[in-house]
Amino acid sequence: MDIEVLSSMWPEDIEHEAGKQFNVEKPRGDQDMLEEVTIVEEPTIVDFQHLIELTNYTDKGSSQLAYLVKHWEYKQANAVRLLREELDNLSRQRQESELKKLEILEEHRFEEERYGGDKRSISILDGIYDILQEVPRRKSNIVVPSKRVEIDAEYDTVIYWKQRAMHLEKMLETSMQREQLLKEKLQESIKNLEKQSSPVEELSQILKRADNFLHFVLQTAPVVFGHQDKELRYRFIFNHFPSLQEEDILGKTDVEIFTGSGVKESQDFKKEVIDKGLPAKREITFETELFGSKTFLIYVEPVFSKAGETIGINYMGMDITDQVRKREKMIKLREEIAVQMAKETEFNRTIHITEETMRAKQMLATMSHEIRSPLSGVVSMAEILTTTKLDREQRQLLNVMLSSGDLVLQLINDILDLSKVESGVMKLESTKFRPREVVKHVLQTAAASLQKILTLEGNVADDVPIEVIGDVLRIRQILTNLISNAIKFTHEGKVGVKLYVVPEPPFAKEGSQPVSDGSTCNKSTVNVSKEETCTSMPQTSSDQRGYHGKKYEGSCQNHSQSEPGTLVKNGTKDVSEEQAELPETTMWIRCDVYDTGIGIPENALPTLFKKYMQVSANHARKYGGTGLGLAICKQLVELMGGRLTVSSRVHCGSTFTFILPYKVSLSCDNSDDPDDLSDMDDHGATNDDASADFFQFQQRTLGSLFSSNGSSRTQRLLPHNIGYCYANSHKFNGFSETKEMDFVEDSCSVAEAVEISSEPENSFRHSSDPHNESAICRDNHHWNDENAEARASTRDVSSCSETSRDVDTKMKIRGPQLPPKRQEKSDNCSQSTLNSSQEVSNSISKPKILLVEDNKINVMVTQNMMKQLGHTIDVVNNGIEAVRAVQCRSYDLILMDVCMPVMDGLQATRLIRSFEETGNWDAAVKAGIEQPLPSDSLQPDCTRPKRTTIIALTANASSESADDCFANGMDSFESKPVTFQKLKVCLEQYLP
Amino acid sequence: MDLVQLQRQLVDYKTSLYNEGFLDEQFTQLQELQDENNPDFVVEVVSLFFEDSERLLNELTKALEQQSVDFKRVDAHVHQLKGSSSSIGAQRVQKVCIAFRNYCEEQNIEGCVKCLQQVRHEYSLVKTKLESMFQLQQQILSAGGSIPM
Repeated sequence: MDIEVLSSMWPEDIEHEAGKQFNVEKPRGDQDMLEEVTIVEEPTIVDFQHLIELTNYTDKGSSQLAYLVKHWEYKQANAVRLLREELDNLSRQRQESELKKLEILEEHRFEEERYGGDKRSISILDGIYDILQEVPRRKSNIVVPSKRVEIDAEYDTVIYWKQRAMHLEKMLETSMQREQLLKEKLQESIKNLEKQSSPVEELSQILKRADNFLHFVLQTAPVVFGHQDKELRYRFIFNHFPSLQEEDILGKTDVEIFTGSGVKESQDFKKEVIDKGLPAKREITFETELFGSKTFLIYVEPVFSKAGETIGINYMGMDITDQVRKREKMIKLREEIAVQMAKETEFNRTIHITEETMRAKQMLATMSHEIRSPLSGVVSMAEILTTTKLDREQRQLLNVMLSSGDLVLQLINDILDLSKVESGVMKLESTKFRPREVVKHVLQTAAASLQKILTLEGNVADDVPIEVIGDVLRIRQILTNLISNAIKFTHEGKVGVKLYVVPEPPFAKEGSQPVSDGSTCNKSTVNVSKEETCTSMPQTSSDQRGYHGKKYEGSCQNHSQSEPGTLVKNGTKDVSEEQAELPETTMWIRCDVYDTGIGIPENALPTLFKKYMQVSANHARKYGGTGLGLAICKQLVELMGGRLTVSSRVHCGSTFTFILPYKVSLSCDNSDDPDDLSDMDDHGATNDDASADFFQFQQRTLGSLFSSNGSSRTQRLLPHNIGYCYANSHKFNGFSETKEMDFVEDSCSVAEAVEISSEPENSFRHSSDPHNESAICRDNHHWNDENAEARASTRDVSSCSETSRDVDTKMKIRGPQLPPKRQEKSDNCSQSTLNSSQEVSNSISKPKILLVEDNKINVMVTQNMMKQLGHTIDVVNNGIEAVRAVQCRSYDLILMDVCMPVMDGLQATRLIRSFEETGNWDAAVKAGIEQPLPSDSLQPDCTRPKRTTIIALTANASSESADDCFANGMDSFESKPVTFQKLKVCLEQYLP
Repeated sequence: MDLVQLQRQLVDYKTSLYNEGFLDEQFTQLQELQDENNPDFVVEVVSLFFEDSERLLNELTKALEQQSVDFKRVDAHVHQLKGSSSSIGAQRVQKVCIAFRNYCEEQNIEGCVKCLQQVRHEYSLVKTKLESMFQLQQQILSAGGSIPM
């Protein structure tokens, strides 16, 4: 009999067709692949007792068991039913055969044959019982004879009955045999049934296969799964890489087994699942001693009892440490990439902006420069136009034009300055200068153009040294800017400057030793007015001792004439040497520029130093200006390492403060410089007290001086004109010869030397003083005197000095108290210069040649060569002097060294050319060269200055290219050393 | 001593100075500037040159000894020296000056120091040569002769 095979017994598999979740291959013959697989069976640690309990108590477990039992019962029932049917059959057949036997007996008794043909064969397991297909059909091998017993003998004969009896006996025998056979078969069937394998065996076999499959599949998978009861004690766990013994795990909770981060979390998570009764997934990173750092993806599902209460959890974890690491790495990479990208974008944008800005700035600078040149032409032409006859309306229009032009020029200059500072092109120079002098001059300049009734005052503290080292041009620029600003916004009261030494401010990073109170410098100079002088030569240039001595001598004379009481030390030591030997120290000087003006509202303070910012549009309209001034000041101050700050109260005034570091020679005995003393006669009345540190200016003469004309521009220049007209007509004819003497010790050897007194030299030096306003006054005075003499004394000297007093008074320098001696001196001097002027007029046909050269050997050689060629030349030592010389006198030919200290030949040429083009010295003033006399542009008879031939003398150095020479307005150039031949060619070519 | 011999010696000496490159035609120019109105012109100029050069050399030495060398300043001095030397025709000094200025531009301290030594050397050479030449001239003059050009 075939063995009936049970269908799958695996849990969950209770006979639903679609989507069997767990399919186990049915072994077919010898195709059992599992036989070849080694399956390691240790890993599973099972609490069998609990498993049984579990299967008893849980829904799933009990249903599986129930199914198994049912199946088994069913099978048994089937077998029993079959057997019963068989038995039934047999017993029926037996009944039939007994019945037949009875019939036969009856027939035999009644001798009647009524029974016979209705007998049929019966199969015991017929189609009706075909419940299971597997049940094999069985065919009946029992043939029941159906034919009537045929008896040949005659009925009712003895033979007949005998025969009949025999026949029946046979039939009975066969029946008996059949019965026996059936009995045997029944026995056999029962025996077979007993032999049949038990379902438990089947089951365990199937289970084992399933188990094997599971092991096969899971043998290397990084998976842990298990079951924990509701106290979260492990009841079952599968772990392919077990590191703990069974007894270490079973019956224990996570927390009891492991320590480290993540354990508690997983425990809590499992509890949560139990509480909620819903399966959940979570990723947990464990940091345990046992495993190190591992991340598991954990799936936990609750297990319910039949009653529906949670009795534990199934839990499955997969090690995803590598994946998590990779993922994290990816995230990090992605983040980094994003950051990188952002940075790149930002960077690109910055580059772009920077490039744009640079280009814009460059453009701006170029444009400004390009615009400036033609504009200055326009403005100067307009200025010249003001000197012509104009009606009222025309003059008004012209004034507007001029002021607009000035504004534009100022704006462009500001922009240029600003872009210079910003692009780092701006170079700071460090020269010695005198702070008092600077303050005074700035105030004087401001006072000169003052159009309001204001008091300008300057106050320099005692501890400020006489001389400091810094970029005087820039400092002046800052000061001028701040003061003009203050004046602009102040309608009454005063504007002042205060200068005093402060300790090193905190913002200064570099340590500088605290400055001593400077008393060494100070005490000795208290009585000396320091603000008056500046040597015509730069202190650092290679002046010769002899030359210095000469100068000192002159000034000593001068001094002793005016102030015999004061002794002069003769500082014959070369200043530059002195400077190199002395230690320098840094001193911080604070400068306050205060006013009593309209003040600045607090909210405007932050933007005050921004470019193009003014306090408000209203202010801009009312006060004009470019809005660049303060920005430039701030940038300049910061460039010099200082700070510019402001404090202000509306309607009370503002104070702008800048603190700058200056280099100071510690043991400076510059107060001995006779130049100081030479100026004392200008301040006879003021220099005997501490007020040498105090200046005050007022625009007192406003009404009387500036009444005639509507134009403030012309007004401003008017007082100077008085002096200048005369001076101009004389062309400073004493100048060239005295200058020459400065260079050649043996002054007598100069053929054309006029009678030399100390006075003309003195006056010359003052005129060449870059900052010296009062010297100018004196020059005016001087030339006025001279003029008076020359004109046969139609006016007496005192009237001339009146004129000069006017000028002086305006500056509020005590001019009127000129010592009488001085006037005498003036007489002398005018005498001598008169002579020289006559002499000069004799040689008027001679071409006037100026040599600008700083190297005295070159000077000597060139001068002698020119002498041999029949020319006497004027000599100056640098660009500034050259400009001054041209300011004083017009030349036919200038030989200009290119590379010179203080100011090079190129710049000097530019300034001279600018003058020739515009008729004014504005460019020179901007470059820091004070005009000795006001511009002659307003003189009615002023003719346009003619163009001077300027020939560059180059040393063939790379910095002095021919292109540069031509670009700066030079006509030609000669390489040095100068030779006869070259000079001759030059003179022939350029002199008529 | 024979005057003619002295004169010849002077001429030879001068020629050798030209040949050896100590002097160039600028010195000739200088000599041409000297006349009866200005009989000591050459000596004056050259003395001035000596004075000036010595000062400049001192300045240069000082400047190059500084902790931080102010190359602008050094360059200005060298420029001066170059101008003076070229004006009197001290050719070799001038040439070293040119190299010196290049080192200045490169801000090469070593080069500058080397050049300073060279310049000093050349200067003392030309100074000795010129001085002995002037001595010869003086001898000729004191002997009642005239200086051959």
